[in-house]
Amino acid sequence: MASPALLVEDLSVEFRTRGGIVKALERVNFHVAKGETIAVVGESGSGKSVTAYAVMGILDPAARVTSGRAVLGALDLLKTDRHTLAAVRGREIAMIFQNPRTALNPIRRVGDQIADVLLRHANVTPSAAPKKAVELLETVGITDPARRAKAYPFELSGGMCQRVMIAIALAANPSLLIADEPTTGLDVTTQAIIMDIIAERAKATGMATIFITHDLGLAAERADRIVVMHAGHIVEARPTRDLFAAPRHPYTAALIAATPGPTSQLSDLRTIAGGLPDLRAAELPACRYAGRCARRLEGCAAPLPRVDAAASDALACHNPLPQERAA
Amino acid sequence: MLSLILNRLMLAIPSLIGVVIVTFLLTRALPGDPAAYFAGPAATEQAIAEIRAKLGTDRPLIEQFGRYVKDLARGELGQSLTTGQPVSREIATRLPASAELTLIGLLLAVLLAVPMGILAATKPGSAVDHITRVVSTAGVSLPVFFTGLLLVYVFYFRLGWAPSPVGRLDVFLSPPPHVTGFYLVDALLARDGEVFVGALKQLALPALTLSIFALAPIARMTRASMLAVLSSDFVRTARASGLSPAKVVVTYAFRNAVLPVITTLGMVLSFLLGANVLVEKVFAWPGIGSFAVEALIASDFAPVQGFVLTMAALYVTLNLLIDIAYGLIDPRVRLDS
Ligand SMILES: Nc1ncnc2c1ncn2[C@@H]1O[C@H](COP(=O)(O)OP(=O)(O)OP(=O)(O)O)[C@@H](O)[C@H]1O
Ligand SMILES: [Mg+2]
Repeated sequence: MASPALLVEDLSVEFRTRGGIVKALERVNFHVAKGETIAVVGESGSGKSVTAYAVMGILDPAARVTSGRAVLGALDLLKTDRHTLAAVRGREIAMIFQNPRTALNPIRRVGDQIADVLLRHANVTPSAAPKKAVELLETVGITDPARRAKAYPFELSGGMCQRVMIAIALAANPSLLIADEPTTGLDVTTQAIIMDIIAERAKATGMATIFITHDLGLAAERADRIVVMHAGHIVEARPTRDLFAAPRHPYTAALIAATPGPTSQLSDLRTIAGGLPDLRAAELPACRYAGRCARRLEGCAAPLPRVDAAASDALACHNPLPQERAA
Repeated sequence: MLSLILNRLMLAIPSLIGVVIVTFLLTRALPGDPAAYFAGPAATEQAIAEIRAKLGTDRPLIEQFGRYVKDLARGELGQSLTTGQPVSREIATRLPASAELTLIGLLLAVLLAVPMGILAATKPGSAVDHITRVVSTAGVSLPVFFTGLLLVYVFYFRLGWAPSPVGRLDVFLSPPPHVTGFYLVDALLARDGEVFVGALKQLALPALTLSIFALAPIARMTRASMLAVLSSDFVRTARASGLSPAKVVVTYAFRNAVLPVITTLGMVLSFLLGANVLVEKVFAWPGIGSFAVEALIASDFAPVQGFVLTMAALYVTLNLLIDIAYGLIDPRVRLDS
């Protein structure tokens, strides 16, 4: 395998809160190859955003990375100093967020916000930056970009704001883009347009993409490979087609069963039993899904097999579904 | 923007009318009869009645009010009984003294409190954070006259660094030619270095007293507001875009955090106008605060009314300036108006 765009190994993150220590991530392992699009899926609270924030170095001050590394090129992002990290962010690795309206500075013109990033990373002179910002707005499909560059975020629609976010993220041609639920809250048409802009760009420049979502349908449509997270663990990671054809982790199977597909009836939909375990508990079970799992065995209390971050398949289960169920 | 300003001015008119009525009634309701006060303890009933007739205080209240409003409309604030001077002239000479003191005090407070608040917010739990907390607690719990006296005791009486607290300028220096009434500005305009330094020395302790008082709320609000903005989504975006830490803190965070700080400044400034009265007493500062207190003790209506009206006008101006600052900083405000 060629060297990946990003390799995350043994990443553990804790939050110190008033209610105790939240073990939000435990030994998370995955990678994304150059030019590849992976989707990270899982219920709300499963640790998708925390993973992204840890890689970006923008975790809340209450968070602590207790183990692991995140390798980008020659750099371990979790061990670099603040200033090197600031130079890498936005240039090598960029991120777009859910809620584009609040993710933009409310009192700065969007053109200026794009120009700020250009000036920082793209070798653009202060006099050329505004024009370059307008060009970027045009590439993300904003009509009348010269006028829109002078607008404030509150004067733009949600979809328009998300395009601006993408323009900011792609300003310096990053080699990796993390998109954390970039289309939540947008209508379906806008959703498709936004995803197309990202996909086209990835194809054109060989950019790797980590796409975070709880929409399994969208993930199936857009990703080469899917990483399934549950309660701070990665439970399964496989190429998209394999994963949907024959999910092996019971949680993946439950997620797929709970997702409305084009052929499924409302009566086919099953909800996943139980909720996420309380991550503040002192002694969390080895398998954090065991409490909700119908296939649980005695042996499930044993430590889970370690997942190889560089492998394209991963499975953390003592009693997985049979391999060739669909065949 | 212009319509916003006009709009706010219109809104201020009813409050100003209210202030006119209330000050009038309030001064009339004060205990003490100015006629008796000025006639002196040995005066006869008849002498007092004569003075009363001269002052017009024997007339019905409504007639007195009518005359008061008529004078006001002509810009007349009446005469001070104690000094015999027109109140408007007294205020014109004394207001710059108070304004200079208050503004320098506020400026000093802002220059200290805002960086303190920002540092405390960007490094929670650090030494700066703790110092900010201690200073702001001390600032609110020490009464102004106490801080003033303490500073005089230490810096004048003990150390001898500060000049004696005898007003705006040492007796051996003469005030600069009147242009703005602010001695520092006028001395600069006259290119008189000696007077400038002299005025600055006199100003140092009273301004410091006021700034210690003003420091606490400004630092606290800056810190709280910065903390809120620093955890907001767009600051996270700015960080994720790799903007330099300075750019993130100043251009992205502080410019958004400054609005509540400006509101606090307005509030602090009106507190300072009140605190002035005590500071002016301690430092023998010839401002309008001490003037109003003396008039109040003498039951001298006109200066008290003039003082309250001036304060009200200042207050309205201040709020207007705050609104304008809001409009300049936040584009959303411009649309709302
Ligand atoms: N600032 C924080 N303080 C304490 N706990 C936190 C904090 N941020 C996240 N967590 C915890 O970390 C866990 C993972 O949260 P995360 O935001 O990564 O979930 P997610 O998978 O992104 O969910 P969603 O789909 O809702 O965005 C949750 O249990 C959450 O309670
Ligand atoms: Mg999330």
